[in-house]
Amino acid sequence: MSILFDSNSRVIVQGITGREGLYHTKGMLASGTRVVGGVTPGKGGSEVEGLPVFDTVAEAKAQTGANVSCIFVPPMGAADAIMEAAHEGMPLTVCITEGIPVLDMTRVAAYLKEHPTRLIGPNCPGLATPGAGKVGIMPYHIFKEGDVGFVSRSGTLTYEVVALLTQAGVGQSSCIGIGGDPIIGTTFIDCLRLFEADPKTVAVVMCGEIGGSDEEDAAAYAKTMSKPVVSFISGRTAPEGKRMGHAGAIVSGKAGSAQGKVEALQAAGIPVAETIFDIPGMVKQALRRS
Amino acid sequence: MRRYGIPVSPGKIATTPAEAEAIAREFGVPVVIKAQVYVGGRGKAGGIQFGETPEGARDAAARVLGMDIKGLTVEKVLVVPKVAIKEEYYLGVVLDRASQAPVVIVSAAGGVEIEEVAEHEPEKILRHVVDVRWGLLPLEARGLLAQSGVPSVVVAKGGAILSALVQAFMASDATLAEINPLALTEDGQVVAADAKIVLDDNALPRQKEFAAWAEPEEANPLEFEAKAAGLTYVKLDGNVGVIGNGAGLVMTTLDMVARAGGRPANFLDIGGGAKAEVMAKALLFVARDPQVQGIVVNIFGGITRGEEVAKGIILAQRDLPVGMPIVARLSGTGEVEGRALLADAGLTWGVDMREAAQKIVAEINANNAKGATA
Repeated sequence: MSILFDSNSRVIVQGITGREGLYHTKGMLASGTRVVGGVTPGKGGSEVEGLPVFDTVAEAKAQTGANVSCIFVPPMGAADAIMEAAHEGMPLTVCITEGIPVLDMTRVAAYLKEHPTRLIGPNCPGLATPGAGKVGIMPYHIFKEGDVGFVSRSGTLTYEVVALLTQAGVGQSSCIGIGGDPIIGTTFIDCLRLFEADPKTVAVVMCGEIGGSDEEDAAAYAKTMSKPVVSFISGRTAPEGKRMGHAGAIVSGKAGSAQGKVEALQAAGIPVAETIFDIPGMVKQALRRS
Repeated sequence: MRRYGIPVSPGKIATTPAEAEAIAREFGVPVVIKAQVYVGGRGKAGGIQFGETPEGARDAAARVLGMDIKGLTVEKVLVVPKVAIKEEYYLGVVLDRASQAPVVIVSAAGGVEIEEVAEHEPEKILRHVVDVRWGLLPLEARGLLAQSGVPSVVVAKGGAILSALVQAFMASDATLAEINPLALTEDGQVVAADAKIVLDDNALPRQKEFAAWAEPEEANPLEFEAKAAGLTYVKLDGNVGVIGNGAGLVMTTLDMVARAGGRPANFLDIGGGAKAEVMAKALLFVARDPQVQGIVVNIFGGITRGEEVAKGIILAQRDLPVGMPIVARLSGTGEVEGRALLADAGLTWGVDMREAAQKIVAEINANNAKGATA
C-alpha cells in the first residue's frame, strides 16, 4: 500500500515532447512507472519513447485510461494545463513546473473547487512510492521500500533526507514533494491525513521551511494522529523579507519564521530535528516508543 | 494608477534643486518635496519637506537630494502641489496564501503603517476575499467603504478607486497594491496621495513594460546583477559564501554553516542540471562580495553531475582571489569522478554537508588567525 500512487496507476505526461518532459518520462519509465501516453497540443498522432501523443487530455484519457497526469508544461501555460487535467476529471495531477505566475494559481485554486482533482505542486519534485515507481523528477535509486511516509516542500533537501533514511535502513512507504510556491494544491496537513489513513505507513517525516503557516496548521493535526511524526524546519538563518529561492519561502514580519514553526511543532509534542542528520535516529526512536 | 482611472496627485521628478524650483513655478506653491527611495520611514528621516515659495522648493530639494536614508542615497525627489488634507484612509489588495486569492484590505485609519493598525486596532480593518473570476465589483467596493465608516463622498469616489485598484493589481500581476493614504481634501476631492505596488517576479515575462521598471537601487546591486545573470542569489551579511542546488538544500546548508559557528554571506541556488560553466560563474559571483572569505559548495547530484561541478570549481580557481578556501561536498550522480577531480587539483571536499560546513569555517578561522599574527 501507499498513498496517491501505486503500481496500478496509469500516468500521462502533459508536455511530453518538451526537453524536460521527455527526459523525465524516460526516468519514470525506468523506475517502473506505467506511463501510458502524453499530451502536447499540435503533436497529436506522433509517438515518443513508443508512447502515443495526443492533442488534448480528453483524448489521452479516453484512449489510455490514465488516472494520473504529470505536468512539465512551461510556466506561462502550466496553469491552463492543470485546469485541463481537472476539467477531464483526472483524479491526480502532479505539476512539476516552477515559475507559474501566482495570479494564475489563484485562478487554478478557484477552478479546482468546481473541478476537483488532487493537485500536487506546482514547483515540486513530484512523488514516489518505492517498489511502484514515481511521478516527477525524484532520483528513484535513493529510495527503499518500507513503512515511513515522507512529505517535504523541497526537492534536493528531500533527496538528501531520504538518502539518509535509506542509509540507516529506514524504508519509505510514499514520498511526496508538495512544492515551494505560495499557492499549492496539497498541503502538509492533507498528506498527514493520507498517511494516517494508510495501513502501510507507521510513521511520518515532515520537512518544512520558512514562509506561510502550513507547518503550524499541520502541527495541530499531527497532535491528534495515532502515528508518530518527526519534523525538520529549514531556514533558521533566513532574514526577514528575503525570498530564499522558493517563491513561497519568505518571512513576512512575524509570520512564517522558522522559530515560530519550531515552537508550534514542539508545543504540539512533535519532535523537531536540529539537523537533518538527527532524523533517522529520531524516527527509529519514535517507532520503538509507539 | 492613472491608467486605471485612479486620481493621483500630479507630481514631477527632479534630480537637481533648479529643476525642483521650475516644477514649483509650474504647479504653483506651496509644494511638497518627497525623497524617492525604496524604503519606508522617509518622513521620519527628513526626506519629506515643504516649499512655500519656488526658492523655498529649491532649498528644500537641495537639503533632501544627496541625503542618506537607511543606507540609500537620495538621487531623485518628487515635487507635488501641497493640498490641505482633511482625512486619510487605507486601501490595499494583497495576495493571501491562506485564502489562495487576493484579499482587499480597507481601513478608515490611513496614513500610518497598516501593520501597526492591524496590531493595535484590528477592529478598524476590514478584509474581503476577491473572487478572481469577477475581480472586485464596484458594489462590493462601496459596501466595504460604507462598512468602514468613511463619509459618503468617500464611499462613492473611494469605491470606484478601490475597484480600479483591484483591476490594476490583476492586470499588472501584482502581489501587493496599496494606496496609503487615500486622502479626502478640504475641498472634497478624493485622491491617492501615495501608492505602492509590488509585482510578481514569475509574471515579468508577460509584463514586459513593468520588467523595465526594475531599478538597481531597489535591492542590493549584487542581487540585481545576479537576477540578470539568471542566478538565484540573496545577499546576507556573513563571511561564508554558500552555493548549492535546490532552494531547500541551500537553506539547510546556511543553517549548517551557522551551526558550525560561521556566518553565511549569501544564498545561491544553481538549480538543476548545472554545467561546469554555471558552477564557475556562481563561484566567481559569490567571491565578488568583499565580505566573503571562503565558499562552501553543497551538491546533491540528481540531474546535476558531480564531475561537472568539480570541473566548474577547478575552472574558477584561476580567477578566484588567491588563497580563498573552497570546500565542496558532492554526493549522488558522479560523486566518485567529481571527488577524484577535486583531490587531483588539491581541493578540499567533505563527505556530507555537516563536514563541509565545519571544514570551511575552520579554514576561514585558520586564515584569519594567520592574518592576525602576521
